[in-house]
Amino acid sequence: MLRDPMSDGNSVPEISVPLRGVRPKVLAVSSGGGHWVQMMRIKHAFDDCDVTFVTVHESYRAQVPDNQFYLVNDANIRTKLDLLRAARRLAWIVWTVRPDVVISTGAAPGYLALRFGRLLGARTIWLDSIANAEKLSMSGDRIGRSADLWLTQWPHLARPNGPHYTGAVL
Amino acid sequence: MIFATVGTQGHFDRLIRTIDGWAGANGRTDVFAQTGPSDYRSEYIRTERFIDATEFRERVEAASLVISHAGMGSIITALELGKRIIVMPRRASLGEHRNDHQLATAKRFADQGSITVAYTEEDLIERLDRLQALNETERLTSPASPHLISTIRGFIGSGRAVADRISYNSAENGNAE
Repeated sequence: MLRDPMSDGNSVPEISVPLRGVRPKVLAVSSGGGHWVQMMRIKHAFDDCDVTFVTVHESYRAQVPDNQFYLVNDANIRTKLDLLRAARRLAWIVWTVRPDVVISTGAAPGYLALRFGRLLGARTIWLDSIANAEKLSMSGDRIGRSADLWLTQWPHLARPNGPHYTGAVL
Repeated sequence: MIFATVGTQGHFDRLIRTIDGWAGANGRTDVFAQTGPSDYRSEYIRTERFIDATEFRERVEAASLVISHAGMGSIITALELGKRIIVMPRRASLGEHRNDHQLATAKRFADQGSITVAYTEEDLIERLDRLQALNETERLTSPASPHLISTIRGFIGSGRAVADRISYNSAENGNAE
């Protein structure tokens, strides 16, 4: 900062040139319905990334024709067997994709994906669903603390150590 | 065109029955409803138990009004496509959901002013009557918060950039010394 503007101007490309060639790999995982719709609402945040979407309905594929797309079975805390199946599938997906960042809008499959992503060194983002207006989701409450970026969509649910509020998908 | 939807997780016949009755009383023949796993036989509206995501969007797009349970998929899609939406929350006490979180969601959104909430059947009929009288069709617009998008984008980009920046700076400092 104390250098003269000329050399400062020269140093900028030196930093950004290697970065420009490397598009971060993002793994975006969501369940169906509102979770998926919310993921679609924020997909422009991944414009400069190689994005792989993972969700639970084949019919969603048409909404992201230019991206990698994987299916996972839906699951929740009450269906242990489905949870195991989803875990196996997501472990394989995370292992194959090797994402730099894993992001989820919920619910259980996203929780699992963040766990596996973290194991392989990915940075993680949990955007708690806007449907959780009174309290955080079960998945969010469990995974949020270990996510690198933990967001809620309601200002009254934000806490100093997370979740943070910086806006909503609507 | 009015599109009613109750999502996929369970039927919500209280909503469908009310709309069916209202359509009959008002001679509306342009109402389509997605009813979920329901055995209710409607008299005046066309129904389908399930529709896929593409048709769902097309139905919302074609509608001047969306009526739905307080499910986020329905609410967000309607708002995203700029459609007016009346929401009736499912009630746990009536066996329509496991808990009353739809009630909480509906109240929060209603406070925001982006949706209309009907808490009861009578409420719903009154809202429908009022909207029919107005016949408003203009679109509402509601982009995702730019700040939220930039927070996520910044986080994705910066982790890497910050790391490079740090190593670059320390190399630079090393050289300077």
